[in-house]
Amino acid sequence: MGELLAVLAGALRISTPYTLAALGGALSERSGVVNIALEAGLLMGALAHAVVAHASGSPWLGLLAAMAAGVAVMALHAALCLHARANHIIVAVGLNLLAVGTGRFALKALYNSAANGPRVDGFETTWWHAVQELPVAGTVAGTPLVLVAILLVPAVAFLVDRTVLGLRIRAVGQHPAAAETQGVNVLRVRWAALLLCGLLCGLGGAYLAADQHQFTQGMSAGRGFIAVSAVVFGQWRPARVWVGCLLFGLLESLQISLQSSSVGIPGQLVQMLPYAMTLVVLALAASRANAPRALGQPWPAGR
Amino acid sequence: MTVTPLLEAVELSRAYGACVANERVSLALRAGRIHALVGENGAGKSTLCRMLFGLVRPDAGRILVDGRAVTLRSPRDAMAAGLGMVHQHFMLVDELTVAQNVVLGREPRRGGRMDLARAEAETAELAARFGLAVDPRAPVGGLAVGVQQRVEILKALHGGARVLLLDEPTAVLTAQEVDALLAVLRRLRDEGRAILVVTHKLPEVMAVSDEVTVLRQGRVVGRLDTAATSAVALSELMVGRHVDLSRRPRTTTPAEERLRVEDLVVRGPDGRARVNGVSLSVRAGEVVGIAGVEGNGQAELVEGLCGARSPASGRVVLCGQDVSRASVRRRRDAGLCHVPEDRLAQGLVPAMAVADNAVLGVHHRAPASRGGVLRRAGIAAAAQALVRAYDVRPADPALPVAALSGGNQQKVLVGRELSAGPRVVILAQPTRGVDVGAMERIHAAILAARDAGLAILLVSAELTELLALSDVIHVLYRGRIVHTVDAAAATVESLGPPMLGAGVAA
Repeated sequence: MGELLAVLAGALRISTPYTLAALGGALSERSGVVNIALEAGLLMGALAHAVVAHASGSPWLGLLAAMAAGVAVMALHAALCLHARANHIIVAVGLNLLAVGTGRFALKALYNSAANGPRVDGFETTWWHAVQELPVAGTVAGTPLVLVAILLVPAVAFLVDRTVLGLRIRAVGQHPAAAETQGVNVLRVRWAALLLCGLLCGLGGAYLAADQHQFTQGMSAGRGFIAVSAVVFGQWRPARVWVGCLLFGLLESLQISLQSSSVGIPGQLVQMLPYAMTLVVLALAASRANAPRALGQPWPAGR
Repeated sequence: MTVTPLLEAVELSRAYGACVANERVSLALRAGRIHALVGENGAGKSTLCRMLFGLVRPDAGRILVDGRAVTLRSPRDAMAAGLGMVHQHFMLVDELTVAQNVVLGREPRRGGRMDLARAEAETAELAARFGLAVDPRAPVGGLAVGVQQRVEILKALHGGARVLLLDEPTAVLTAQEVDALLAVLRRLRDEGRAILVVTHKLPEVMAVSDEVTVLRQGRVVGRLDTAATSAVALSELMVGRHVDLSRRPRTTTPAEERLRVEDLVVRGPDGRARVNGVSLSVRAGEVVGIAGVEGNGQAELVEGLCGARSPASGRVVLCGQDVSRASVRRRRDAGLCHVPEDRLAQGLVPAMAVADNAVLGVHHRAPASRGGVLRRAGIAAAAQALVRAYDVRPADPALPVAALSGGNQQKVLVGRELSAGPRVVILAQPTRGVDVGAMERIHAAILAARDAGLAILLVSAELTELLALSDVIHVLYRGRIVHTVDAAAATVESLGPPMLGAGVAA
């Protein structure tokens, strides 16, 4: 029983950065902008968090810096895709590479290190320690950002389904010309979606750095791509996207507990499990049939 | 000339590169009047509309609203000035509901969020006031085309439009839906709105408009009171010469059976039977027409016959040979040619030159190629012949097909298929979206092919076209032939009810 709870708690913690990045990805793609730069958003968020938290001594300032960094990444994405009309995929590949390079450069320049930065404090405060004393909730919740990610799921769903901005995001992702002829500024709506996406990715990055209590080279480790998979798995709907993130988190958590229980399976094979399962799940459950129809198309159309 | 027009265009000009789309075009729309704007494809009707709605900026000229000059930089400006537009290709977000589409861009809010209940109430109220029956909560994607158009009109009215611009509003409607639309337009007129209807369908112009402006090659060539003119006079103004699209007596008689279809069942991508037990026969020298509201299995029937989709059961017999399971290539080699309904998606490769498009499908044979290598001279000669025979304009086989107008693209497609030496031709919507001049040319080609002894199956949503060309007309409804009639004895009115399923057991 205790072990099961540990696996579930692990799943929730592991899925937190997935959830934050994937919610952002869903917003971006619902507006029609393909976003596989979630990885860059996470990594830059983590870097900004670690640097600012270390310099200021405040994880909360680090959190703000992480959100700003995520927003900056997606602002670049927006500028290149929406105004320079660059291919969304190519831009994202460039941003992902840029993020890796920036992380490496910052480690070397600031801390003269090739692999990791100095230790930073997590978000745990007095009141949070009280929460952690609670029997089940304490184990499950981990850090405040785990809770924030969970609360953001209905918040983003509400944004998409119930607000004016959400309606416009859906409209410009499906049929930008229809929105335009009704007086909606397509590019402005896509900018808004991308900036929100950056904010969410930044939060995810902050979680990563705070969880490890430091920034390490390449620490996003493909999580942004898992998040992209979760967006497709969840058919661009926040609640289902979250289910996808939980599923991937659960697979990883299982793998960790399998490894430690050492039932005689080679460790490398067990480590592969989440990735193999990701492939299987995506092959079975994911179809692009419900993708926003204008996904990846430049606006205005034509040249 | 006492009342100031609600909207006036004064000597508007607009060029695209070297091509002058509008040259000093003037037009006045008055309250309580329906103004028809007619002209062939490429005459500049859409450009004028787009300028009036802020989608395109004029190079020169002025736009006056209530007598005051305005600059329309975007549709938002146009809507603020009291203009509304119903686009030819609907500007609807299929995934959203009717109400969401109607209020998009000016959503009612309560607190920080959208007030969907009010959006639905506003939509219902407008719909009731103008007799535009729709369910505000229905997702738009599932609605019939005629209903979607009502949503488009509601959008404009919700935006407070006093002037309504409708671009080819009847192109996709059935005869009954057209009547309903015209009734709505009259109601809007009687409420004091100004209405511009862009069309190339003259019977509708005569039925609904108060005045007409005729465009030809970007210029106004006629400004008339509808009561003082006729459809024939208008068509001659549009084309610049005399045209005749009426039914012509035939000089030949049908001979042996060329195409026989027995109990054909074709399933759609979702596995449902879209063609459900169709049997028919086409003889040499005969045109058999297929009428029906779009989406009743026409597309699947054509795909099943030409081999793009294999039938679930039933037989297709081509000149005595069973080709039910044969590939497209084998059917083509057996003498079956096919003009698909969507010329740009299925019939032509838009980015390729007219010349290359002119030999697609016969590219593997002389004169287009030998031993797998294309022969430029052979292709050029074939293309030249086609361009000349069908009067494709501009007459330059090196141009990409995408650079041609819809009518000229269609001439390339029909010409290619008819000159491939077929014994049976299947034509799907051969004149969709083409102007009267191109239509006349294509109709003449079809009748010439008939007289030369080809067997022709004509699938069309245009009843006047079917009536003018066919010998026999079958009405397709939900994948079945529900009505068969001698074309000479049929009328638009008599075909309408079976097209909508009247008299068919459910």
